[in-house]
Amino acid sequence: MSGRIVQVAGPTVVAEGLGGAALNEVVRVGQDRLLGEVIRIDGDLVTVQVYEETAGLALGEPAEGMGAPLAAELGPGLLGAIFDGVQRPLPELAAREGDFLGRGATLPALDRARAWEFEPAVRPGDAVAPGSRVGTARAAGAPEHPVHAPPGTAGRVAAVRSGGIGLEEPAVTLEGARSIALLERWPVRRPRPVRRRLAPDVPFLTGQRVLDCFFPVSAGGTAVVPGGFGTGKTVLEQSLAKWAAADVVVYVGCGERGNEMAEVLDEFPRLEDPRTGGPLLDRTVLVVNTSNMPVAAREASIYTGCTIAEYFRDMGRSVALMIDSTSRWAEALREIAARLEEMPGEEGYPTYLASRLARFYERAGRAETLGGGEGAVTMVGAISPPGGDLSEPVTQCSLRATGALWALSADLAHRRHFPAVDWTASFSLEAEQLAAWFEREAGSGYGALRDEAVRLLQRERELAEVAELVGTESLQDAERLVLESARLLREGFLRQSALDPADASCPPGKAFEMLRLLLEWHRRASAAVGGGVPLRAILETGVPAKLLRLGQIPWQDIRRAGEALRAEVADALGRLEVE
Amino acid sequence: MTTDLVTRRVRGAGALAGPLLFLEGGPRARLGEVVRIALPGEHGAPGEERQGQVIAMSRERIAIQVLEETRGIPPARAVVTLTGEVARLGVSRAMLGRILDGMGRPADGLPPPIAEARPFIAGAAINVARREKPSEFIETGVSAIDGLNTLVRGQKLPIFSCAGLPAGRLAAQIACQARVRGAGAEAFAVVFAAMGAPFREHHAFLEAFRTAGVLDRTVVFLNRADDPPIERLMTPRCALTCAEHLAFRHGLHVLAILTDVTSYCEALREVALARDEVPGRRGYPGYMYTDLATLFERAGRIRGRPGSLTQLSVLTMPDDDLTHPIPDLTGYITEGQIVLSRELDRRGVQPPIDVLPSLSRLMGLGAGPGKTREDHRPVADQLYALYARGRDVRRMAAIVGAANLGDEEKRLLAFAERFEAELVGQGGAFRTIEETLELGWRLLGDFPPSALTRIPEALLRARRGAGAAGPPPAEAPGAAVLRAGADAGAAGGEGRGAP
Repeated sequence: MSGRIVQVAGPTVVAEGLGGAALNEVVRVGQDRLLGEVIRIDGDLVTVQVYEETAGLALGEPAEGMGAPLAAELGPGLLGAIFDGVQRPLPELAAREGDFLGRGATLPALDRARAWEFEPAVRPGDAVAPGSRVGTARAAGAPEHPVHAPPGTAGRVAAVRSGGIGLEEPAVTLEGARSIALLERWPVRRPRPVRRRLAPDVPFLTGQRVLDCFFPVSAGGTAVVPGGFGTGKTVLEQSLAKWAAADVVVYVGCGERGNEMAEVLDEFPRLEDPRTGGPLLDRTVLVVNTSNMPVAAREASIYTGCTIAEYFRDMGRSVALMIDSTSRWAEALREIAARLEEMPGEEGYPTYLASRLARFYERAGRAETLGGGEGAVTMVGAISPPGGDLSEPVTQCSLRATGALWALSADLAHRRHFPAVDWTASFSLEAEQLAAWFEREAGSGYGALRDEAVRLLQRERELAEVAELVGTESLQDAERLVLESARLLREGFLRQSALDPADASCPPGKAFEMLRLLLEWHRRASAAVGGGVPLRAILETGVPAKLLRLGQIPWQDIRRAGEALRAEVADALGRLEVE
Repeated sequence: MTTDLVTRRVRGAGALAGPLLFLEGGPRARLGEVVRIALPGEHGAPGEERQGQVIAMSRERIAIQVLEETRGIPPARAVVTLTGEVARLGVSRAMLGRILDGMGRPADGLPPPIAEARPFIAGAAINVARREKPSEFIETGVSAIDGLNTLVRGQKLPIFSCAGLPAGRLAAQIACQARVRGAGAEAFAVVFAAMGAPFREHHAFLEAFRTAGVLDRTVVFLNRADDPPIERLMTPRCALTCAEHLAFRHGLHVLAILTDVTSYCEALREVALARDEVPGRRGYPGYMYTDLATLFERAGRIRGRPGSLTQLSVLTMPDDDLTHPIPDLTGYITEGQIVLSRELDRRGVQPPIDVLPSLSRLMGLGAGPGKTREDHRPVADQLYALYARGRDVRRMAAIVGAANLGDEEKRLLAFAERFEAELVGQGGAFRTIEETLELGWRLLGDFPPSALTRIPEALLRARRGAGAAGPPPAEAPGAAVLRAGADAGAAGGEGRGAP
């Protein structure tokens, strides 16, 4: 279907004569055949948001409907790739077009020239259902790639291929002329189907104590990270990419700085995957649309990333989808809405901001896949609140749509307290549902310990306020002990060193034991203070210094070290009490 | 020339509104196309000509933003020529030493330089996969920047100023004396773009360049305060097009100075409102973030090319307000900011850089062993931390009186005073990074080793001789309280708005 351009304003173009165009259909615009997508239909007039620079477009130039919505290419070769917001491969584009991004450049997302070996897992006569595994694709230097029947594809196998095969060639042919290739396409704005969603009762372990113990999210859960200037957001993201229990990490750089992305692209290949010893990039997909790249492609980038994440989920993998930042996505939405002269809502954002965000975060989840496996997409969305003001619409809409808030504090970052997660402002709505898992897997009494730790930190805050008014000198020994124990908790437990190999990632069992030791010490020392032992003598026992270093103990040794420490505490405090 | 075939002439425009001229009926124009507007002359003689650019098109009409004065254009009698060309600028190395107007035409009476290339002034985004991570330290000679907010090649770092503060002087000082260790002076160039600059300001810049003898390695794009505001939208784009050419074609290390971003944004708002666009925050258009990003993101380095493009923009915060849309959006695109303080200026600290809200996000890439010095980061962290506490004490002293401060607090207060007067307030002198760090060590000399918690023990021992550092004394519970109090206070502030 071919039409003509009748209006151009910024990244939006209006065309006529595209009768029958559907919402979200891909349209090629102008002589350069720029990529665009239908976002509004008004009689014969169709509004298209264009994913490339529109300067140079003329009225009367052609606009051609492609008959299909914007779709992502899914198949072997995704891992390790770097795409822009509409899945154009950036390194390949640079090799062909040069150092700057031109217009109208089209390259398929996945390299057609690459040779893949297909090893079938089905035989003629077998029945294939959507999501069932039909074989494996292999190529030199690439991880093994399982091939599944796409959603909606079912039938009896008529023929199979094996050996070298192109991405789009039929690998498995079904009766009735349908076939399955290594590559499938899926519309980015439509969630991929699953058999059923599973309850959020298994945690997404991050390896970060403050998150796993205090603000856990479930596998398939959602968390938002509002991070202003210099709050250590990047440090946290890298720790998550490296240590979180995810088989695949999809990172969407949405509207952020080019130099920062250059740093990510420079560092990810060098980060070592602690699971395999290989480069972390081998289980990572990067989708990058910097702030100066076309704004409509920025809007699409999070959907592209999410579709890729769902594709890996459907293989039965646990996927972490990280978006930095959703504020830039919301601004793209606002910009396009303004071009369409829509009536603005709060702070100029369109009124559907909240529903779009909610619908997007709803694509996260742990699920039984069509093939009967279990996979999950866990989302971590960064927010850049203007002026650090958390009352702004994007933050507020995100808080309603997600399960946890991991607030970062510039002050903690400045004190070199990493991860700089602020324990007073953060929360998790899923902690309760996950409590049973932790009780079972980490140690019984986990929930009670956690509550006790939270109370201790809360008590510290109250006392600190009092101390500020009256001075520490006027506090009782028991109160000063609270302050001291809370300090141990903050510096020995909540703080974690990304550089120490034993401390960089902490399994829940070790965290449980650490917490138990710290709180046991506090209870025991409280009893001693109650019995008249001077606080100074208790603090000079050398136990606090050891408690501060618990994180450095490898998790295998923590129980043994804990027993030794307990004996030492009993001995030292016992002696003080006798005196 | 084939342009005659493409060129279309329209006699008489439909309407003129502020900086916009509307053509009715929509002839076949291109978005971004350059148009020439010929005015009727006296007695049939050809009149003067003005330039414009197509910014929106529909079947009913075409909107042209007139880049020059719209006064004196009678819409009905103007002849509008559509050139079929999207705006380009002829660029060449011979532009060094030249003074051009806001659209890149000679303003020094000399003929236009012969163009080596004619790129689009709108520019194109650098493919992220080809970007080089910035890593080379630029020695600006300003302690508060080099020591605490290090600038690196390829970075974009604006100066957030307030009306009446000497941001221009600081920018000129950096442009004249900045250097990169180990690089020859000939590899360095300055592209200076003035947007809506009053005579006083651009004159001072040019004088500073002339005095320092750097004019011949400088290209000046001058849009004066009395030039049409719409020309301001072209000025930074022309300047950056030229800067990119010098950096990526000729391998020069270019420092682009854009002043003043606020004037640019006001011009952007003027055009947007003249087009009846739905206004965003404070009337600025919703696409201002993207628009500014297409300017600021033109800084950087490209793999395999020797040059670099570093940006130092000057931005005047309306009403000294850091949360105003202009500084706010800018801060989200640039890699940090240098913030000037009215209070320091009043106290005679020059340059009046307030290091607390200032930040260089790329400092980690340019400071440290192999780049500057091993002790750079720890010393900077320590100075920053103590100064932050000194400022807290100063606030407290204003309430309880300086006489009621404890010894520790008095020492912090004295440190803050000396830090401002000696380290920040260096005047126009050039300081090497070594001089800055040594001065930092001297200021830290008043503190006992136990107070210098940001400096690794080994480093401290090496500086002060063995034994000076000693084992850190066991922390008294009181100290923990002070810290916890600060922690809790800050944490409480963060929670604003969270349920």
